[in-house]
Amino acid sequence: MSADVEDTHKRDFLVLAGNTFAAIGGASLLWPFVQQMNPDASALALASIEVDLTPVKPGQAITVMWRGKPVFIRNRNADEIKQAQAVDVKALVDTSARNDALPDATPALDEDRVKKGKENWLVLVGVCTHLGCIPKGQSIADSRGDFGGWFCPCHGSHYDTSGRIRKGPAPRNLEVPVYSFVSDTKIKIG
Amino acid sequence: MSGHSTYEPKSNVSKWFDERLPVVRLMHDSFVAFPTPRNLNYLWTFGGILVFCLVAQLVTGIILAMHYVPNDQMAFNSVQHIKRDVNYGWLIQPMHAVGASMFFLAVYIHIFRGLYYGSYKAPREVLWILGVFILLAMMATGFLGYTLPWGQMSFWGATVITNLFSSLDGVIPGLGTAIVTWLWGGFSVGNATLNRFFSLHYLLPFVIFGLVILHVWALHVAGQNNPTGLEIKQPADAVPMYPYAVTKDVFGMFVFLIPFAYFVFFMPDWLGHADNYTPADPLVTPPHIVPEWYFLPFYAILRAIPSKLGGVIAMVSAIVILVFVPWLDTSRVRSCKYRPIFKWCFWAFAFTCLALGYLGAMPAEEPYITWARIFTFLYFAFFLLAMPIVGILETPSKLPRSIMESVLGKPGSTGGHMPAGASAAPEKR
Repeated sequence: MSADVEDTHKRDFLVLAGNTFAAIGGASLLWPFVQQMNPDASALALASIEVDLTPVKPGQAITVMWRGKPVFIRNRNADEIKQAQAVDVKALVDTSARNDALPDATPALDEDRVKKGKENWLVLVGVCTHLGCIPKGQSIADSRGDFGGWFCPCHGSHYDTSGRIRKGPAPRNLEVPVYSFVSDTKIKIG
Repeated sequence: MSGHSTYEPKSNVSKWFDERLPVVRLMHDSFVAFPTPRNLNYLWTFGGILVFCLVAQLVTGIILAMHYVPNDQMAFNSVQHIKRDVNYGWLIQPMHAVGASMFFLAVYIHIFRGLYYGSYKAPREVLWILGVFILLAMMATGFLGYTLPWGQMSFWGATVITNLFSSLDGVIPGLGTAIVTWLWGGFSVGNATLNRFFSLHYLLPFVIFGLVILHVWALHVAGQNNPTGLEIKQPADAVPMYPYAVTKDVFGMFVFLIPFAYFVFFMPDWLGHADNYTPADPLVTPPHIVPEWYFLPFYAILRAIPSKLGGVIAMVSAIVILVFVPWLDTSRVRSCKYRPIFKWCFWAFAFTCLALGYLGAMPAEEPYITWARIFTFLYFAFFLLAMPIVGILETPSKLPRSIMESVLGKPGSTGGHMPAGASAAPEKR
């Protein structure tokens, strides 16, 4: 039998096809092993909660658990609202409203971080955008930082009365979760 | 490594076995007849001490896993159960927890010894880089293990460290968050996170074990460095590992075990943080989060940089830069003993690391932040300025001609065939 050139090319194709097949097969097999680490069905099932706001008086704040994270709900007084509205958005560290219900490009105006007509209610995911600590400022005795909102003691981030980052290493404003008023005094988060 | 094997099977059985699997021969050549430089000081006993630490952590860890429950509702109590109810749990749990600290203490001494005596230089670059990989794997293992008791520091340490990946949002929006959610298996650190951390904490020590085998293998190819930084050039420069080096290693290990045992028996919880004896609470961050002492210098570097992504990059670079040390140092002389200027750079670097460790334990406020920035600069200056520049400018002091001469003041008689002066600076390869 003579070893001719066509045979070699034929082998090249077989090697290429075989390797490609093995690579695609390997990657497909790998995917379930990667994906199994993402949140499972039971974690995703805890997607929404309802909160009654009646007991929260102006100036007070409550913390509720949503998806394993704390959510800050603050009933802001007139002063705090005025302070939050007076801020020049261009001077902020993060100029995006970070409101999950609005597009990313929305400017970080106070009115885009609350619901219209319910400006006193500020609802935020209470997780510092730096490295995930829970900022102080929910209870009366807490330090609220230099801007009257929240202060993260871990690495010294200061948030204002609209939950926007003003000073410290955190890169983003506190996130506003998707929520809606189901009645005048009740909200549904998620 | 050098020459032929000196192993001679004594019985017919060992001869039969040696012809089929020469593992006894390998052990004999690697750990009995292996030539070790005759001038090794006690800093060279830390290799053996580290092997002991790894084995001790494996043995105690496998036992703890028989009693520990990796569940967010039960983990904290199961550790208390081990310490109070399990037979000898009061002994085995602190052996593991204190053992982690002692392991890091030993590895840091081992690394500083390598830096001082130039053990990273040719032909030991791969040996050194494997060591950096072992350090990285140890850090990952130490971090994962600290999460398992599920106290406040466990929980918030895990939260802060996994959140380091969210800084990748600054590169591609959403990438960091996706990675963090994937690591957690949820939207916050929780039961799924604890379970996988336990699994990985059990896995990684075996990865370290494999890396250690490669590390020792590379060591036995290049041969050991020594306080003079000279190679073994004649038989009189070396002594067989057994009994000389082994005896010294065993003595060093027993001295090391004195503080180890003191902590285990008299201050078992002293190296832990008081907050970690409070069960994890996802709604309350402790006012002052600090990692274990062995991560403090890196934590100080993380906090010194006023940008989230920048801080993470600086912290990772602080470790990864060690990989490049063999090429950053331009000097032809290995040992700091003969490097009058670099010697002081080394001690300044050692002080910098201690200072960063202190600053990492302090709150994130002035004046600590400014000092942390100054020392972060000095940390990187050691690698990026001192190593390349001093190596070029410095005139090394006169080296002995051989290891033998450095010990006895005269060149070895058995090596008379060596031309005088042939043993100056180690050549670059």
